[in-house]
Amino acid sequence: MIKVDGLRKSFHGQPVLRGIDLEVPDGSITIIIGRSGGGKSVFLKHLLGLLRPDSGRIEVGGVDLARLSGRRLDEVRKRYGVVFQGGALFDSMTCRDNVAFPLREKLRLPRPEIDKRVGTALERVGLAAIGDKYPEEVSGGMRKRVAIARALVTEPEIVFFDEPTTGLDPVLVNTIHQLIVDLHRHSRFTAVMVSHEIPEIFDIADRVGMLHEGRIVEIGPPAAIQGSQNPIVRQFIRGEPDPQA
Amino acid sequence: MTEQPLAPALRPFEGLGRWAIAIVESLGRFGGFLAQAVAALVTPPFKLWPLIGRINYIGFRSLLIILLTGAFTGMVLGLQIFLTLSRFGAEAFLGPAVALSIIRELGPVLAALMVTGRAGSALTAELGIMRITEQVDALTVMALSPMRYLVVPSLLAGLITFPLMTALFDLIGIFGGYLVGVELLGLSQGTYWGEMQTFVNRGDIMIGFWKSLSFGVIVTWVCTYKGFHVSRGAEGVAQATTQAVVLSSVLILVWDYFLGSVLP
Ligand SMILES: Nc1ncnc2c1ncn2[C@@H]1O[C@H](COP(=O)(O)OP(=O)(O)OP(=O)(O)O)[C@@H](O)[C@H]1O
Ligand SMILES: [Mg+2]
Repeated sequence: MIKVDGLRKSFHGQPVLRGIDLEVPDGSITIIIGRSGGGKSVFLKHLLGLLRPDSGRIEVGGVDLARLSGRRLDEVRKRYGVVFQGGALFDSMTCRDNVAFPLREKLRLPRPEIDKRVGTALERVGLAAIGDKYPEEVSGGMRKRVAIARALVTEPEIVFFDEPTTGLDPVLVNTIHQLIVDLHRHSRFTAVMVSHEIPEIFDIADRVGMLHEGRIVEIGPPAAIQGSQNPIVRQFIRGEPDPQA
Repeated sequence: MTEQPLAPALRPFEGLGRWAIAIVESLGRFGGFLAQAVAALVTPPFKLWPLIGRINYIGFRSLLIILLTGAFTGMVLGLQIFLTLSRFGAEAFLGPAVALSIIRELGPVLAALMVTGRAGSALTAELGIMRITEQVDALTVMALSPMRYLVVPSLLAGLITFPLMTALFDLIGIFGGYLVGVELLGLSQGTYWGEMQTFVNRGDIMIGFWKSLSFGVIVTWVCTYKGFHVSRGAEGVAQATTQAVVLSSVLILVWDYFLGSVLP
């Protein structure tokens, strides 16, 4: 279980996170929605231990990430899989090597085992034939799928997705969502995902939380969020223009 | 903590103080970076393939520029020193004069400057792009140390390739001096090589070696540090690359003077 308590963060005196409270139950898919620039990626980076909070607790499996560093932080990260907003594929390696990399370096599996697992992982994301192409030689959608394969190939307990479908065509959006649901059914990881795909996310999430002005203003099952009376949430999921903008 | 506004007369000192603190802080980060890299360097597991890749990147691919600059440096020296010495009728000492200036000073310094321009800048740009495209973060969250994967191989490759590149530069340079002095200006071959053997000793070669070794550390340290700490997108990468080249070059010259004055 991930438990975040009163998480605050400012950059150069500008508050971005103003006290986030959130619980993510084991094995659930929790999706964070919110305006662009609202601090969703910043929030995820705290869960990854890439940014340190100004105050607050970030508990993962009972330990406070904000107090960990070095090897003990890495122990927590070994349970993670991460899909970054831009994919963050290693551009000096082929797509296949990108997927093989964590198996080789993190799990230190023997060669035949790596080949087998990479093959399966690429097949699951529909890229069995990607071969030895480099990340810049494939389309944006393929890159995202390679990034997902790389994040899941180690069979992590907790997976973070930062906008895994932004910028993809509607068919691909649904393909990737279906993929995430299938993989989730298969290995029961805990997922924290940031996404703008409304209404599609309501079909795949167990819980949806709305991040607004540095706080989680509402969180609950998809139906509750869709029927929310909170004007901020209603405006966001209906995509109404901002009266103040 | 509350800050009392200072009297107007003191304001410039406040700015000066801030500036000094910022400099000390960044020096601390800079030093801490090397300390972390050295810590990662001496703890296993060691990564052989990245190291070989970096040796190729920093060393092997700089060969042509080293050959070219080495040859022309030697030829220019041969010409200039010959003209100078001939005024005293001391052309016989052309060999040692060329060899000593190349082995003690010009070889290590020019080789290091050339490699900085060719490979150091590319190193900074590459790391900087990896930073802004979150590839460094991707390594970090895989619980794999970016230091070990991205910085240590370059540092080691610097230690290995700089002395080798310098040795190559020296050889080619001395040969360039020979071409001009002997083949072109008619000094006898025996004089050029013979006097060189008499006057150049092990100590001179060791000075060149220590210089090149330390330049290898300076250049890879500065360039990886600058690349590692890029922010603000493409412009940040461009800025970091320029800063890395300028800072490396200045440090090479300053350190060269320092070593030259403390080493025997
Ligand atoms: N390293 C940083 N330094 C300073 N400010 C930052 C930094 N990272 C993020 N910010 C600021 O924090 C705010 C939130 O950024 P963030 O990337 O989390 O937005 P987001 O919700 O993920 O948006 P999007 O949906 O567009 O990805 C932005 O205003 C951004 O300028
Ligand atoms: Mg974001």
